[in-house]
Amino acid sequence: MKLNVNGTPHNVDVDPRTPLLYVLRGDLELNAAKFGCGLGQCGACTVLVDGEPAFSCVTPVALLADKQITTLEGLGTSERPAPIQRAFIEAQAAQCGYCIPGIMMRAHALLQKNPRASEADIRAFLEPHLCRCGTHMRILRAIHRAQAEMMSANAGGSG
Amino acid sequence: MRLLRFALAFCVLLALTAGVFTIVAWRPAIGPIAPPAVNSFDPALVKRGAELAAIGDCDVCHTVPGGRALAGGRAVPTPFGSIYSTNITPDPETGIGQWSQAAFQRALRLGVRRDGAYLYPAFPFDHFTLVSDDDDNALYAYLMTRAPAYAPPTPDKLPLPLNIRFVMFAWDFLFLHPGPYRADATHDGAWNRGAYLVDGLGHCGACHTPRNLFGAERADLKFSGSEVEGWTAYALNDLSPAPVPWNAAALRHYLRYGYEDSHGVARGPMTEVAGDLHAIPADDMRAIATYVAAQMNHAAPEQDVVVQGAEMQRDRGTTDTAASADSQSNALRAIDTKNDEGAVIYAGACAGCHEGPRALPYGGIDLMLTSAIGGPSANNLVNIVLYGLPAAEAAHAPIMPGFAGAMNDAQIVALARYLRARFSDKGPWTDIAKSIHDTRNRGRPLTIGHPAVIEPAPSGRSTAGAQ
Repeated sequence: MKLNVNGTPHNVDVDPRTPLLYVLRGDLELNAAKFGCGLGQCGACTVLVDGEPAFSCVTPVALLADKQITTLEGLGTSERPAPIQRAFIEAQAAQCGYCIPGIMMRAHALLQKNPRASEADIRAFLEPHLCRCGTHMRILRAIHRAQAEMMSANAGGSG
Repeated sequence: MRLLRFALAFCVLLALTAGVFTIVAWRPAIGPIAPPAVNSFDPALVKRGAELAAIGDCDVCHTVPGGRALAGGRAVPTPFGSIYSTNITPDPETGIGQWSQAAFQRALRLGVRRDGAYLYPAFPFDHFTLVSDDDDNALYAYLMTRAPAYAPPTPDKLPLPLNIRFVMFAWDFLFLHPGPYRADATHDGAWNRGAYLVDGLGHCGACHTPRNLFGAERADLKFSGSEVEGWTAYALNDLSPAPVPWNAAALRHYLRYGYEDSHGVARGPMTEVAGDLHAIPADDMRAIATYVAAQMNHAAPEQDVVVQGAEMQRDRGTTDTAASADSQSNALRAIDTKNDEGAVIYAGACAGCHEGPRALPYGGIDLMLTSAIGGPSANNLVNIVLYGLPAAEAAHAPIMPGFAGAMNDAQIVALARYLRARFSDKGPWTDIAKSIHDTRNRGRPLTIGHPAVIEPAPSGRSTAGAQ
């Protein structure tokens, strides 16, 4: 079947019931999304489907024909990181880093939809994510940092 | 001249009527008191009050999820508009700190505030009127010993004339049947105790009984089920859609733990109700379950429920391959189970947990056992597919991820159609697409249960493994 990932169409030969996460990591070698719990309860596998966060570990690819899938690789590269990635690096928000790609994806989705999201909005929206290392305060700082950068970029008209 | 005289007479009559109405409907203020000291209450009375407050679920409506316990401000959506719960902590300025016991009891029994203003029946005083003096006193002792929270009231969003509280006099006149509870001699003690708790403080009918045009419960349809806060509150009488009939033992487990093997998991507002009932005394729970089970005249005999559930699963098969053609409903035969979009979605997104090896509450229930699929509307299924069961904070609780981001409306419709055809013997729903649209766009108010954010009662109740 056809999958559109990060703007690139892919043809994959898989059972339509296969979780998206397996296809991303196993077939397309996009390894940012992580396998955590496999139950949609930890958030490590979060990607965007048509701009909305989704748990790729419980999302069969059958649901994804004609939809745009975005993974962390689609936001930016190590040479040209997206604002959310730059902010996480600058705030040193990762400890082991396993949960961070999923958190970045959901935070990115929130800031796209609501650039003025409050601290309370951010906390509520990120509730589905677990971080065992406990870098929550740094994660929050990083998201505020990305928010400031995105808003000043918008203000300058450079997008 | 004659016309003038007639008009004059009419005006006098109108003024007289208004005067009499005012006199009859006028409720005096009850003078403020200095907030009673916490240690002026007997600790045993406070403890009993905590148990009763849990049975009455006071904190569910009177607490904003994540906010300060009992400080009010939670919107109670009604067909007339949103009413905001009040601060029932003993804060003297914004709570009930200056309320005497008499003022408190009048509010519970007659729906009148300390200052004499009428309360709206979103506060279920039509049930609380049955509560005994002793229980009123215990509830008062409990509430007056909570931490005071300064929280000014949120103005209600009601249209004219409902925003004039005085008009509620007419509602009370028509629909309030003041207590106390009168025992029914044709039933035993447990049944009567259950009736007192369920129809009184527990106010189960507030959600599970349909309401008339004026928002009053229809006595002729008691426990026939209703739509509340975007959820179906299922019928608790013979109309119960539960595939395996309820009995008292199953109800006791469900109400105490929020799930039961042959019936599934409490969702939406019921999550918080079950969270509150978790630690209530065994006698009270037994009475509640006895009375509710008795409403379902054909309730299954004790202990049979789990066996019956297991037999249903065996008879009907739980996997694609095990389901033979003759055990399927007609509706399902019309569906090509291999290529049906809903069947593929079920197999990929749902079956992993709902046919998995984990038992409830951490695994998914076999969908042929849940009322969500055989129920009167698709609302509960849609709510749970979109938003799942949010994890409780620091508590053992059932979980399910939501699929709002992964599934579009058409996919949820296909899934719901398939589930209805495969796991129930009911005809297809007609309102699925609208239900999804309304839920996504909040056209239908939606409560997502989140029990652990409610402050536990001081008796040290815990949702993790107690009892």
